This record gives sequence, structure tokens and C-alpha cells, in this order.
Amino acid sequence: MRLKAELVESQKTYQSPPVESTVNKLRRRLFNSPLDTVIITSGFLIAYLIANAIDWIFLSSIWSAEDEPLCREATGACWSVIDARHRIIFFGLFPYDEHWRSTLACIIMIGTIVASCFSWFWTTVRLGLLWIIGFGIFYVLMHGGIFGLSVITPERWGGLALTIFIFASVSIIGMPLSVVLALGRRAKLPVIARMVGLFIDFFRSLPLLTILFTTAVITPFVLPGWLLGDKLYRVIAGFAIFFACYQAENIRAGLQATPSGQDEAALTLGLNYWQRVSRIQLPQAFRYSLPAIVNQFVITFKETSIVTIVGFFEILASGAAAYGTGQWTVHYVEVYAFIGFIYFMFVFSLSRYGAYLEKKLRVGHV
Amino acid sequence: MIGLLRNRKLREAVTQAVAVSVVATIVVATVINARATLDAQSLTTGFGFLRRSTGWDFSFSVLPYTISGTYSRTILIGILNTLLLGFLGLLGATLLGTLIGLIRTSGNYLFSLLGTIYVETFRNVPLILQAVFWYAIVSHLPRPRSAISLADAVFVSGRGVYFPVFNIGLFSVAIMGALIISWILILSWHKRRIDRPSAYHQIKVFGWLALAVIIIAIGYFAHTTGTPILDIPYLKGLNFAGGMRMPPELTALVIAISLYGGAYIGEVMRAGLMSVPKGQIEAGLVSGLSNFHIFSRIRMPLAIRSIFPALTNQYVQLMKATTIGIVVGFSDLFMIISTSINQSGQTLELLALLMGGFLLINLTIAFVMNTINRKIALKGYEVKG
Repeated sequence: MRLKAELVESQKTYQSPPVESTVNKLRRRLFNSPLDTVIITSGFLIAYLIANAIDWIFLSSIWSAEDEPLCREATGACWSVIDARHRIIFFGLFPYDEHWRSTLACIIMIGTIVASCFSWFWTTVRLGLLWIIGFGIFYVLMHGGIFGLSVITPERWGGLALTIFIFASVSIIGMPLSVVLALGRRAKLPVIARMVGLFIDFFRSLPLLTILFTTAVITPFVLPGWLLGDKLYRVIAGFAIFFACYQAENIRAGLQATPSGQDEAALTLGLNYWQRVSRIQLPQAFRYSLPAIVNQFVITFKETSIVTIVGFFEILASGAAAYGTGQWTVHYVEVYAFIGFIYFMFVFSLSRYGAYLEKKLRVGHV
Repeated sequence: MIGLLRNRKLREAVTQAVAVSVVATIVVATVINARATLDAQSLTTGFGFLRRSTGWDFSFSVLPYTISGTYSRTILIGILNTLLLGFLGLLGATLLGTLIGLIRTSGNYLFSLLGTIYVETFRNVPLILQAVFWYAIVSHLPRPRSAISLADAVFVSGRGVYFPVFNIGLFSVAIMGALIISWILILSWHKRRIDRPSAYHQIKVFGWLALAVIIIAIGYFAHTTGTPILDIPYLKGLNFAGGMRMPPELTALVIAISLYGGAYIGEVMRAGLMSVPKGQIEAGLVSGLSNFHIFSRIRMPLAIRSIFPALTNQYVQLMKATTIGIVVGFSDLFMIISTSINQSGQTLELLALLMGGFLLINLTIAFVMNTINRKIALKGYEVKG
């Protein structure tokens, strides 16, 4: 009883700290110094710019393809070009009647990418199955040849579908390769570790474009004919090696961040090398380096646009084709804004996901 | 046999020997195959072609060139163009990134929101898309006749940006640069010799003044006689004459790399500014330093030291990213090499030159940045908050 009385008494004497009023708080955060007042004034300028942007995009813009003649007078964007030419941007030279296949393939691949963001899939078997099935359906839909689908060879693939195809195949080849490279570089055998290290550093020191250019144009000189394959597959192979070299360094950083006691404990329990790697080292390494790994995927998605230089009709090139003819040539800003928006949607959501993982797993970029 | 396999040392030796021989086989097979292909196309190997003249034109050069220039000179021009683009792009990206890092850590809602919008927009769109976008914008600027004029000295048009230059020969400029660099080296060497800071300060001030006088004198006497010192562009017929022209390809690429790199460097800067221990700033406040001095003497120096490795990494990445210049037709090293390959057929040699060139540029950046990093690093306890 006495204790309770004391408690009540103490609550009377010691008040809780004063709560800052909202007005005060806003003033402190917004008008703390004369400089801030200048900043606020420029805030109005920013608001003006944003209002203008909204006006350009939504309010004064022309939306349908038939209204194109109105664009000359309109002060806003002329989205007619997108309405009229979006099929070129999305599908490139894919046959018109088969566009549904390309659409479905893209949706399935995006679904696969989204599904692999859920931790339920994060076992080798589940992730492997998910990607093999997703990628397989994508390839069958795009290429055809079975189930009565007509054959469409990769030369006629284009637009968003080609971008997604390159991204997905680079991931599916590059990811296992990166694990091999990371383990190779940390191998106890000095000669192998050196060779793998040299390999990784060599590819990391070159711009991606030189590697794509080499695989597209130069490899016919050095590889025997039976090994060549289509130019698209060669470029993807080069891209995947480039990707794996960067990803291997992320995984290696994760392996190094894993406390050495873990591995030593496994060693004393009598586990062999493969057991230690697959049960102890890699799971922890992936946990540490997951944000960096996702970040590498983000970069790779953006870098797929570089294949346009070695002559592929991915979304950037098909966008240029979309505004390249007739009355559409003046509307390049709208087309680039549209493609930029598509890239932004993919890259921004992936990078937000990476930031979410970083918070959830409480690990930094190792 | 089984017993031999159980021996760990032997097993490891065998594994490594097998790996080495597999790699060696691949390399040898590639070389043999390459030789056979080249022989079949009756191409001569070796670097003799570097002395042949090219016979083709390209868009931009920092050095004077003719269409009959040799391959070696053309490749040199390519390297210089890449370096120029890289220098301007990295400079722009660093300035912009510093600004973005500052406003994102300013603690002001509005400003950090603006910084966030900027970073998220420009970081999440591929550089190559930004480059073609800015190129489309820049090349659709008004014609020279109706160019945008800034103080009648700088003209912005669809043909490029024209601005005034000093009418001084390349040689004199090189001498000026050499003078400035050697003075900086002398100063840094002296700093370690002279104990009294005031004496060092006097030498520094007088030295810079004397150097300025010498450089102005060189500029005055060395400029091409009979022409004004400052060469201002003017409209002549359908185009501009005089002054210096920055072609739209270069302008677009510099804008794109500055904006894209600025977003990345802004994030690096922000991390650096946030990593400065609070105690350091509070100590500055207690010592009665002004806000500006706390920033210029405490926050910035500490932030720069902590971000140097990350900054080096960004510089190397951006330098490699300049290769996308080919998409708007800027004649950088990559474009020069790929045109040379088309024209001369000396595929492997030119490819080796390309890779060697980039290796050299990147290693130089890394070496310079790492040296600076070592020089400015704080020793031991000094970094602790």
C-alpha cells in the first residue's frame, strides 16, 4: 500500500517531459535558420515544377491515337504515340498474331521473379524448380515448335520480352556460376584459387560493353564453328560470366563475414567439405550478402539495355523504332519517358525489396 | 590405387594439375583455332597496321587530325576523348553528388525529399536511356541562327555549345600546366620540411602570386600575334565561327553521366556525412566554432576520409560506363576501336589495345585515389568518436 501511495505521489511531482507542439515542431524542422527560409521559398519553386509536370503528364495531355492531330496545339504530353506504337515497344518484330504469347511469357517470367522474392522459396530445390519451370514455360511460349505453336526464332524476338529474356537467362546461368567462382576463389588449393581470382578480376576490370562486343563480334574468330551458336546466346553467355564475376565477389564477402567458428565447429563434428559448404557456409553467406546480391540484380536489369549497342532489338531499340517513322518523330520525349517509366517500375521495386531485406535481416552491405 | 587417392596432398596436387591442364588446353585450342581462322581470311597479324593511315572520319577530337591520320594517332585521340568525357562527367557527378549528399542530410524535410526524388529517379533508369534522351533533347535545340545566347559570348544551339577560349597555343598551355603541377609538388614536399606553419604559409601565398604573374605573362606573350587574346564565337553564315565547340554528343553524355553518377555519389556522400561521429560535431560546438567551420573543418574532412574507397569504386564504374558513348556517336576509345576493327580487320590486336587501354585508365584511377586515401588517412585513435 505504501509503495503504491509513493508511486502516485511521484507521478504528481515528476511530470512527463513537455510535449512539443506540432506548430513548434514544424517550425523547428522547417524554419530553423535564415537559410531554411530561403529553402522554403525554393520549395514553392519545386511545387511549381511538380505542378507543371503533373499538368504535362495528365491534365493537358492527349491520350488516344486518333487525337494525334490535336497534339500540335496541346501543351501537354502526346501519349498518342504510345497508344499507336506500344506494340512495337513491347513486342518488337514478334509476329502480330502471336503477341499474346509474348505477353503471357512476360507475365509468367515476372511472376517467377516476384515469387522468388518470398522466403518460402529460398531452398535450392524450390528455387531451382521455380526457375526451371518458369523459364521453361517462357521459352516454350516465345520459341514455340510444340503444342501446335508456330516456331518463332530469337532473331524476331524483341521489345520488353527480349529484355526480360536476357535478364532471366543471365540470372539463371550466372547465379550457379557465381557460387562456383566464389568457392573456387576461396579454395584451399592455391593454384585454383589464383586462377579463379585472376579470372574474376579480369572480367571485373573491363566495361560490360567490351565483353558483349567480344562475344558478339570477335568469338567467331577464336571458337570452332560447332561451339558458336546463335549470336544472342553468345552475348547472354558473356553477360552471364560478367554477372557471375560481380556476384561471386558479393558471395565471397558473405563467406568472409561468416564467423570462422561456425566452419570449425562443423569440422570438429566431422562434416566433409560439401556438407560444410552447403549446410553451414553458404546459407549464412547468403544471409549476409543478400542485399548486395539483390543490388547486383538491380544493376543487371538496367545493364540489359546495353545489348542494344551490339544490335539487339530490346526495349530501348524498339522504342527508338516506335518514334522513328512518319508523324511520330517529334514525340521522342514521350517515348523515352514511357520506357524510362517501365525501367523505373522494375528497378525501383527490386531496389525497394533489397532495402526491405536489409532491414528485415539486419545486415548491411558486406 | 584407392590408397593413393586417400592421400590428401596427392589428391590436391592431382586436382590442381588437372585444372591447369584443362585451362591450358582451352587456351592453346583457342589460339590454334584463331590462327587457322585468320590464315583462312589471309589477315596479317601483328601491330604493323598502326602505322597505316585510316581514311575514315569521326565526330570529335581534342587534337587536330586529318582523315589520313595513322591508326596509332586515331587510337590516341580515342583515349583522349574517353579521358575528356570521363573527366567532365566525373567532375559533374562529384559536384552534383556532394550537393545531393548535403541536402539529403540537411535535416530539412523538403530538401531531403527533393534529394530523395532526384536519387530515385536517376538511379533507377539505365544510363544509356538517359544518354539517348539527353542527346535527343540537345540535338533538337534551336539552329545556330536562333541559338540561345548567354551574354553574347556563349551560344547554345543544336549544333553544339560554343564558348570563348583563350587564343593560346597548346604548347604554352602545357607549359602552364607543368608549372602549376610542379609548384604543387614543391609545396607538398616543403610542407614536411618546414616546421613553422607561418613560414610555410608565407611561402605558399607568395609562390601562388608569383605563379599567377608568370602565367599571365606567358599567356600575354605567347598568344597568336594579331588575334585578340580571347576568341569569342560569332555567327558567320549558317554556323558559328571562332571560339570552342562542344558537340551535342559530348554535351548529352556529360549531362547524362553527371546526373546518373551524381545520384550514386550523392548516396556515397550521404553515408559519409552520416558516419561522422556526433561527438566530433558536439566538440566543435563546445569549442565555439561557427556552423560553417564545423562543416568545413570537421564534418566534410571526416566524411571525405570515410568515403574514399567507395568513391574510388564509383569513379572506376563511371569510367567504364563512358563506353556507352557509342550509342549517340561520340568517338570515344570504344567507338574508335570498333570502327578500326570494321575497317582494318585486325580484330585481336585492336581488342587487346581496347582492353589494355581500359585496364590502364582504371588502374591509374585506382592508384591515384588509393595514394590520396593513404596520404589523408587519419592515424589510429584520431578517427574515433
